[in-house]
Amino acid sequence: MEFAELIKTPRVDGVVLHRPFMPTVEGTLCLTGHHLILSSRQDTTEELWLLHANIDSTEKRFVGSLGTIIVKCKDLRVIQLDIPGMEECLNIASSIEALSTLDSVSLMYPFFYRPLFEVIEDGWQSFVPEESFKDLESMTDEWRLSEVNKDFSLCPSYPSLLTVPKDIDDESLCKAASFRHGGRFPVLSYYHKKNAMVMMRAAQPLTGTNGRRCKEDEKLINATLCAGKRGYIIDTRTIAVAQQAKARGGGFEQEANYPQWRRIHKAIERSNVLQDSLIKLVEACNDQSHSMDRWLSKLEASNWQSNVKEILTTACLAAQCIDREGASVLVHGTEGTDSTLQVTSLAQIILDPACRTIRGFEALIEREWLQAGHPFQQRCAQSAYSNGKPRSEAPVFLLFLDCVWQILRQFPCSFQFNENLLIMLFEHAYASQFGTFLGNCVAERGKLQLSQKTVSLWSWVNRPQELERFLNPLYEPNNLVIWPSVAPQSLLLWEGVFLRWNRSTKCLDEAYQEMVHIIEYNKELQNKVNSLRRQLAQLETEDSPLQTP
Amino acid sequence: MEHIRTPKVEQVKLLDRFSNKSVIGTLHLTATHLIFVESNSTSAQEIWILHHHIASVEKLSLTTSGCPLLIQCRNFRLVHFVIPRERDCHDIYSSLLRLLRPVSYDELYAFSYNPKQNDQQREEGWQLIDLAAEFERMGVPCDQWQLTDVNREYKVCETYPRDLYVPITASKPIIVGSSKFRSKGRFPVLTYFYQEKKAAVCRCSQPLSGFSARCLEDEHMLQAISKSNHNSRYIYVMDTRPKLNALANRAAGKGYENEDNYSNIRFQFVGIENIHVMRGSLQKLLEVVGTRSLSMTDYLVGLENSGWLRHIKAIMDAAIFLAKAVTVEGASVLVHCSDGWDRTAQVCALGSLLMDPYYRTIKGFMVLIEKDWISFGHKFADRCDQLDPDPKEVSPIFTQFLECVWQLTEQFPQAFEFSEWFLIQIHEHVHSCQFGNFLGNSQRQREVLQLKERTYSLWAHLLSEKQNYLNPVYSPSFAESHPVLEPSTQACHFKFWRNMYHQYDRSMHPRQSILKQVLTFKESNRDSPQEFGYWIKINLPLRPQSLILGAPLLSRKEVQQEEDEEVFGEEAREDAPASTDGERTVEGSSATENGYGELTGSFGSKNEPAVVTLEFGVARMTC
Repeated sequence: MEFAELIKTPRVDGVVLHRPFMPTVEGTLCLTGHHLILSSRQDTTEELWLLHANIDSTEKRFVGSLGTIIVKCKDLRVIQLDIPGMEECLNIASSIEALSTLDSVSLMYPFFYRPLFEVIEDGWQSFVPEESFKDLESMTDEWRLSEVNKDFSLCPSYPSLLTVPKDIDDESLCKAASFRHGGRFPVLSYYHKKNAMVMMRAAQPLTGTNGRRCKEDEKLINATLCAGKRGYIIDTRTIAVAQQAKARGGGFEQEANYPQWRRIHKAIERSNVLQDSLIKLVEACNDQSHSMDRWLSKLEASNWQSNVKEILTTACLAAQCIDREGASVLVHGTEGTDSTLQVTSLAQIILDPACRTIRGFEALIEREWLQAGHPFQQRCAQSAYSNGKPRSEAPVFLLFLDCVWQILRQFPCSFQFNENLLIMLFEHAYASQFGTFLGNCVAERGKLQLSQKTVSLWSWVNRPQELERFLNPLYEPNNLVIWPSVAPQSLLLWEGVFLRWNRSTKCLDEAYQEMVHIIEYNKELQNKVNSLRRQLAQLETEDSPLQTP
Repeated sequence: MEHIRTPKVEQVKLLDRFSNKSVIGTLHLTATHLIFVESNSTSAQEIWILHHHIASVEKLSLTTSGCPLLIQCRNFRLVHFVIPRERDCHDIYSSLLRLLRPVSYDELYAFSYNPKQNDQQREEGWQLIDLAAEFERMGVPCDQWQLTDVNREYKVCETYPRDLYVPITASKPIIVGSSKFRSKGRFPVLTYFYQEKKAAVCRCSQPLSGFSARCLEDEHMLQAISKSNHNSRYIYVMDTRPKLNALANRAAGKGYENEDNYSNIRFQFVGIENIHVMRGSLQKLLEVVGTRSLSMTDYLVGLENSGWLRHIKAIMDAAIFLAKAVTVEGASVLVHCSDGWDRTAQVCALGSLLMDPYYRTIKGFMVLIEKDWISFGHKFADRCDQLDPDPKEVSPIFTQFLECVWQLTEQFPQAFEFSEWFLIQIHEHVHSCQFGNFLGNSQRQREVLQLKERTYSLWAHLLSEKQNYLNPVYSPSFAESHPVLEPSTQACHFKFWRNMYHQYDRSMHPRQSILKQVLTFKESNRDSPQEFGYWIKINLPLRPQSLILGAPLLSRKEVQQEEDEEVFGEEAREDAPASTDGERTVEGSSATENGYGELTGSFGSKNEPAVVTLEFGVARMTC
C-alpha cells in the first residue's frame, strides 16, 4: 500500500498528549494510513483516534531532544503531542503533513472504511429526487421532472433530474442554460403549499456589458407566475458587485426584460472573504489574553456575526416575499452554488415545518446542498488553521449551520433535532469516514462511484442508536412559519463550535442531562396517567350495568 | 391627586421601539401609575408603568399625527406615545414631571401600597430574614469573633447596622480609634466567615492616611483581624479602586494603607471604576442597544466602547481573587474602596456567593442582599434615584452585582436555585419603591422612617410566588461537588444580558422559552400525588398550551390588581387571546427594517398596487 512510503516511523512510545480541559495522556503513538492513534493501553483512559483528513495544519518545536507537535484540526480543536526523540518527531511530523494533504480523493478514508454496524437503510437511496417530486405532484401539476441534464452536459454542477415548469420544454431549457453562469438555469427549489408560491434558484444571467437577453430564460421564470402576479428576484450580491460582474460576462436581470419581477440586492460575502472571516474569528476565540476590549474588537473585526446576520436577513426576506407577500421568488448570486443555497435552504427552514424534523433536515441538505452542487470538496478542503494559500476554501456550509443554530436558539421547541446534529454535520463536512460530502457535485460523485464504494453518512445517522443523541427533547411539532429575530442582540456566538475546545462543558452538559431527565420523567408520568385513565373509563363502563338494575 | 390635570386621554398611539408597528389605546394617569390600555378588544394589551420607574419624560416636537411623548424607565422599558392634542400631552407631561419626583418619603408608593395583609402577616414578612441567625450559620460569634455593641446607638458609624462583628482582641478604644481613621467612620468589620479555614472577609472604607498619617488603633485593628486566623500569617487588603484613584484620594487626606505601617498585610489594588464611570458606561450601553436597525458592527463596537462588560469582568475578577485568597490560601481579606458601600459591597457579596452555596439559594440570596447591601448601607435611595435626586449619585452598582450573578448562572446552570427572572424581579423592585426593603440609604434611616411598621417586605412577596423564580435544573447536590465556584474569566464567556436590558422588547427574545417549558414539566412532575387514581379526577399534568412564550410561567392575575404592572403580568394575558381566536401568533422579526425593509418600495410603475407595505413585526399564521 502506498501509505507505507509516507510513514517512516509508524510507532513511538512515551508520547504525551495535551488537550485543553482534559488530563494529559501518556502512551504509544501509532500512525496508520488514515489515523493518528494515541493509546495509553489502559482501559480507563480514552484513546485518541484522529483522522488525518481532520488535520488542518501542524507546527513543531524542539526543546533539547524533546519534540512537540501542535496539531490543529479542522473541527477547530488544538492538541499537543510531546514526542521524545528528535528524529521520531520529525518523521511523525512529516508523515502527518503528507497524509493530511493527500490530493487524490480515491485515497481518502471513506474508500477504506468498513462500517462496524449493519447498514439497515442505505443512506445513498434515502433521498432520491423522484421521491420529493412525488410529494410535489400531490400538491400541484404545474411542474415536471426533466432529464435534460441526464449526462451532465448541459450543466455539470446540476443533478440529472431537475424540476422545471411543465410548460417549458427541454429545448428552451437548453437555451436558458446557455444564458446562465455554468449552465445553472432556474429550477424549482421550494413549493409553498399554503399559497402555491415558489422559490427558484439559478446562477447569474450572462447579460454582459451589451445587455444580452434570452427569451427562453424570461419565459421560463415567467412561467412560474400566476396571471397578473409579480415576483421577486433576490440577488445575493450588492448592485455594485453585480454591475462589475457584467464586465466578466455576467450580470443581472434588466427590469425592461423582466417587467413582472422586482430585483432586490443583498450583500452576502463571497467565499474568500468568508474564509478570512472564519480564520479571524477562530483566532479571536483562541486568544487567551482575557482582555474584554480586545475580545470584542477582534470578534467585531472578524465580521463573522455580521455575515450570519446578513445571510439570515436575506433568508427571512425571501421567506417573507413568499409567505407574507404571496409572491414567487428567484434567488441567485454569481455561480448559484454558495450564497444562493444558504438563502434557499434557510428560507425553507423558516417556512416549512418538515425541514425542522431530522429526516426533513437531512433531505434539505441532500436537496439544496449536495444535489444542488455546492462544491463541498473545494470549500471544506481547509478550515480555520490553514496557512497555505487559500484556493476555493470557504465556510459557506458552516455559516448555514450557524444560521440554523440561531433559529434553533430562538425556537428551541420547534426542531426535532438539537445542536449536536449541526455540530456533527460540520465535522463530517470537513473530515469523515463517510462518502457523503466527498466530491463537488452529483456528476463527480457518480464518477467516484461513491454510492458503491463508500458508506453514506445518513446510513449511520439514521440508526436508532445514533439518532437518540441528536433528538431535541423539547420538540413539539408545530405548523408555524417561524420568523427569527435578526437584531444583533438576538444573534449569539455559536459557542458549541467556536468555544467548544476552550471551555469545560461539564456543567452545561450535566444541566442539559437534567433537563432531559425532567422531560422524560414527565412523559413517563403522562403515559401512566393516560393508561390509568383508560382503566378508569373501562371500569366505569363495566360498572354501569350493575348500577342500572 | 392634585397633580393630575388630565386623568384620561383617548386615541393615543403607542409606537414600537424597534419597528414601525403601532397600536392605538387609552392613556390613564393615576396617583401611582401611568396605564396604557390598547383599544383593540381581542388582544387588548395593558402597560402599567409605576411613576417611580420613570427615569425621564421627554416631550418631542409636534408632528402631523400629534405630540410625541418619550418615557424612559429604570427597568429599561422605553415607551413612545403620540398624543393627538398638544394640550393633553402637555398636561400629562407636567403631571408626570411632578409625580416622578416625590419630594418626601411619604409620597413613595411603599407607604400607600397595600397587598391586603394584616399586621401579623406583615410582621412575619419582615422577620423572614434574620441577620443574627445568618452570622450564627457562619459560626459567629466564636472563640475569635464577637458581637460588639459599640454601634448600638449608631454613635460610631451612622451608616453601619447596629450589630457588628469584630475580632475578640479588638477592644472598644481600638474600634473607636480605627473608626476615626476611616472615611465616614466605617471601620473594619466582619461580613463573611469561612468556617472551614477560619478565614474572615472584612469590609471597611478607605483610611484617612493622606501622604503620611497613621493610626495605631487602625493598625491594631488589622492585626487583630490577622491574629484571629491561625491559618495564615498575613491578611490581604484589597483596595478595589484603580491605583490612580486611590493616589488622587491621598491629596484629600484619604488614601490607602501603607504596607510599612501595617505588619503582615498584602496590599492589592483591583481596579474597579467608580460610580460615575459606571453610570456613563450603562448610559452608553443603553444608547447602543436602543438604536433602531442596529448593525452587527455598531453593536459590537458599541458594546466594546461602553466598557460595560469590561466593568462586569473587573468585578468578577475581584470576587474571584477574594474567594481564592480565602478558600485556597485560607487567608483573611479586608476589602475596601472609598466609602466602602459600592465596590466593596459588590466584591464582598459576589465573593461570598462564590464561596458559599447557601447564597445561591433563593432564601440565601435574600440574606446576602440584606447583609452586604441593605444593612451595610449601600445607598439605595441615592443610587437608584428614589427621592429628590442628585444625578451625580445615581449609579447602576447593584444592577452590576445582579448581572455578575447572572453571568455565573450561565456558566453554572445547576448551581442556583433561582432563575434569571428572580434577579430581574429584584431589580424591578429595587426601583419600584413598592416595598420597604430598599428605601433609604442606611439602616438608621430606615428605622426613622418606621419602614417595618408602615411598609411591606419584598422578600415575603417574592417567596409567595417562589415557583415563578425557580431554576428547574437546580441541583442541590451540585453544592457538594462544587462548594466553591471557579468561573472562567475569559472575555468570551461574558455575554450581553439581553433579558435584562431588553426585558420589555419581546421581539428580541427567543420565541419559545426552554426555561418556561422545563419549569412546567417539573412542576407537573412534582405535583403528582402518590395516588394516581385520585389525581385523574382532579386534573392532569397538562402540557403548556401555547408554545410561544417570552417569560416564565405566572399564574394569571386579576387584571385590576395593583401588582399587575410587574414584569410578566401583561405577557401572561397576551397569550390568552391568541389561543382563543383560533390563531397562533409568532412574533415577527423585530429588527426587520434591517432587511425585510427593502420590500416597502413598489414596482417600477407607480400605479401598481400589487405590493402593499409590509407590516413588519407580528406575522399571524393560521395553523
